[in-house]
Amino acid sequence: MKYFPLLWATLWRKKTRTIFTLLSVTVAFLLFGLLETVDYAFAHPSSGVTGADKLLTLNKYSVTLSLPFADVREIRSVPGVAEATWITWFGAYYQDPKNFVFALPIDTDSYFNLHKDEFVVAAPEMQAFRNTRSGALVNAALLKKFGWKIGEKLPLHSTIWTQKSDGSLDWKFDIVGTFSVKDATQASAQSSTVLFHYEMFDEGRSFGAGTIGWIEERVQDASQAGQIAAKIDALFANSPNETKTQPANDFALTFIKQYGDIGFVLRAILGAVFFTLLFLTGNTMMQSVRERIPELAVLKTLGFGDAKLLGLVLAESLLLCVIAALVGLALSYAALPIIKLGLRGVELSPRALAPGLLVAVLLALIVGLPPALRAMRLNIVDALADKR
Amino acid sequence: MFKQLTAVIWMSLLTLPQRLGASSVIVIGIAGVVAVLVSVLAMAAGFRHTLADGGRQDRAIILRGGSEQELNSNLTRTDIATIGNAPGLLKDGSGKPVLSSELVTVVNVPKIDTGTDANVTLRGVGLKLVEVRPELKIVAGRMFRPAVRELIAGAGAAKQFRGLAPGGVLHLRNADWTVTGIFTSNGDVHESELLADVDTVGSSIERNGYSSALGLLTSAADFTAFRDALTTDPQIKVDVVREPDYYAAQSKQLSTAISVVGNTVAVIMAIGAMFGALNSMYSAVAARGLEIATLRAIGFGAVPVLMSVMIEALILSLAGGVIGASLAWLFFNGHSVSTLGGAFAQVVFQLTVTRTLIITGIVWACAIGLLGGFFPALRAARLPVAEALRAA
Repeated sequence: MKYFPLLWATLWRKKTRTIFTLLSVTVAFLLFGLLETVDYAFAHPSSGVTGADKLLTLNKYSVTLSLPFADVREIRSVPGVAEATWITWFGAYYQDPKNFVFALPIDTDSYFNLHKDEFVVAAPEMQAFRNTRSGALVNAALLKKFGWKIGEKLPLHSTIWTQKSDGSLDWKFDIVGTFSVKDATQASAQSSTVLFHYEMFDEGRSFGAGTIGWIEERVQDASQAGQIAAKIDALFANSPNETKTQPANDFALTFIKQYGDIGFVLRAILGAVFFTLLFLTGNTMMQSVRERIPELAVLKTLGFGDAKLLGLVLAESLLLCVIAALVGLALSYAALPIIKLGLRGVELSPRALAPGLLVAVLLALIVGLPPALRAMRLNIVDALADKR
Repeated sequence: MFKQLTAVIWMSLLTLPQRLGASSVIVIGIAGVVAVLVSVLAMAAGFRHTLADGGRQDRAIILRGGSEQELNSNLTRTDIATIGNAPGLLKDGSGKPVLSSELVTVVNVPKIDTGTDANVTLRGVGLKLVEVRPELKIVAGRMFRPAVRELIAGAGAAKQFRGLAPGGVLHLRNADWTVTGIFTSNGDVHESELLADVDTVGSSIERNGYSSALGLLTSAADFTAFRDALTTDPQIKVDVVREPDYYAAQSKQLSTAISVVGNTVAVIMAIGAMFGALNSMYSAVAARGLEIATLRAIGFGAVPVLMSVMIEALILSLAGGVIGASLAWLFFNGHSVSTLGGAFAQVVFQLTVTRTLIITGIVWACAIGLLGGFFPALRAARLPVAEALRAA
């Protein structure tokens, strides 16, 4: 610590150079912070579902193919399945196709029993939902976003389901209440969710009655989830509608993976950034040591040992990189709320920023080592004579 | 003045090798920025090329009204008959409309590189397929036959997804489908798809009816008459879109997103590289302090000195730009990738490093070089002669 003033003084020996170097390292870490966060978000998508005890059963061959309703009863009879509920893709938007709404027809009892303690709904609003056939529970954030009000009619356009009554794709619901999601990490995946009654949907649609999109299960013991999934799929093997059952979180991950190897793209960019940075900072450190050779020789003459000089130069490099990295990472942290990926379940979290400091230390050591070794190996007489 | 200028520039270039370390920082830094910029924009360009540039102005897609996408749409046999009678549709020799009724679904096929399931479009197509889509060419194997479970795979799909070579077998809803051939279609989105006979697909997924219809018109100008005839017909409720417009709408969101991300990353990188360039040029000016002071002392003007520093920076950044663009072209041009397109299904496309992109990259490089060179050049021009000479 007592060498800190010395370090600080040498760091600012050439002000412009240090400032520009600091700025370019800062920019690199700003990028690092942003890209790492995006990478992390794609690698850890939120499914909107909490817990390893949740399974999802879909048609094995295609997400767009439906399953027969009767499957639910068979799945309920599988030992270890605590609850099963069924849902269908409604494909809705509000007024404009840009306003995607994740509207789901649900079976109220089994849905809320399965997702026990995941949603917060005020008791009177829940009661109103149960009592209103055309009722809809709306995510509180979504309600605010579109300026809807409880008690209002909610018109939603389904891109898939026509109504039996008039062949129209425009459905009307009554907003009876709001819900919010307890688990903050899953909140974004549910941020455009509207829940309404399956009975109304099934009786109202002009085709497809009795079919369902997918089935969700909660198992009693999460450690048995794998075996139970296999048992469920075995039920429907060789039937026209074979199933694929997997943990709900795995499904989210495979879906996001379909966007491609985003991690590879991001890492390639970061690779280019840091390769460039290595040259830039390395060059600065080399230059800075080269200019100070007579000073370093004086230090050596005064009794500074080889190890101490090595340490001093490395510490200078460390100081430079860590300061810049801290600023860069802080900037990217500040920028996170501005960035909208617009993908359901892909949420940016500052968790991915921590490795940045490790990278900064690594960078400091790599660019600091060659000049530090040079300083260590200085021959006092030659250096004082300025024979480089 | 011009003579002075060339002399000073020549001199600064001759001494360039002495400042190799600092100069290479500019070249490498800018090469990095340009390589990333060009590669990411090549992704957006490739995606746009596959989706938006596909299709013909004289071809129309008919969907059920309000469906947005083929996957959501639903047309009955009666709808198809009504559409076939609409004015403006091209008729074949026997007077039948050149119209393909299509049924679109997605099937799970594992990706070759990751082994994880991906949504691949299986498109059931009508018998008029080849007349409606003359660009479709079988490049390996043969065409599928109707009424048996055979399909042909797009060249892009065959590269990205497992088991799609001629003779390959795809299991779909307790039936095996044989891949009989590979097709190309001008590099458009259908090369990411699987094509089979529409009624065979329909019976396999137990769907009675179609998703959409694709019709060839007598001319591109007849589109309005064709659309108006259908949209004013009280019997059916359909949306009629020109084929290129349909695909442009599907691709807009993603290609814009890629461009925005690419440009943002490149701007941030460019700022970093500019600081690097500033550093290098300042140290170049410092290293040449004595030389510049001498020049000024013997009567060289400030402007030639300023210009020489700027031009040095420009030449270095130009080299960086060319290297970066070449790297992007070398590594990524024609590189085939796939992603989830607008319609829930995989789109296979190739990164395309176009001439425009290379020029864009080099323009960026020059801009960074000029910005990074300007302030050091100003310092060089303002260098107090006496002081600089004494310091040396």
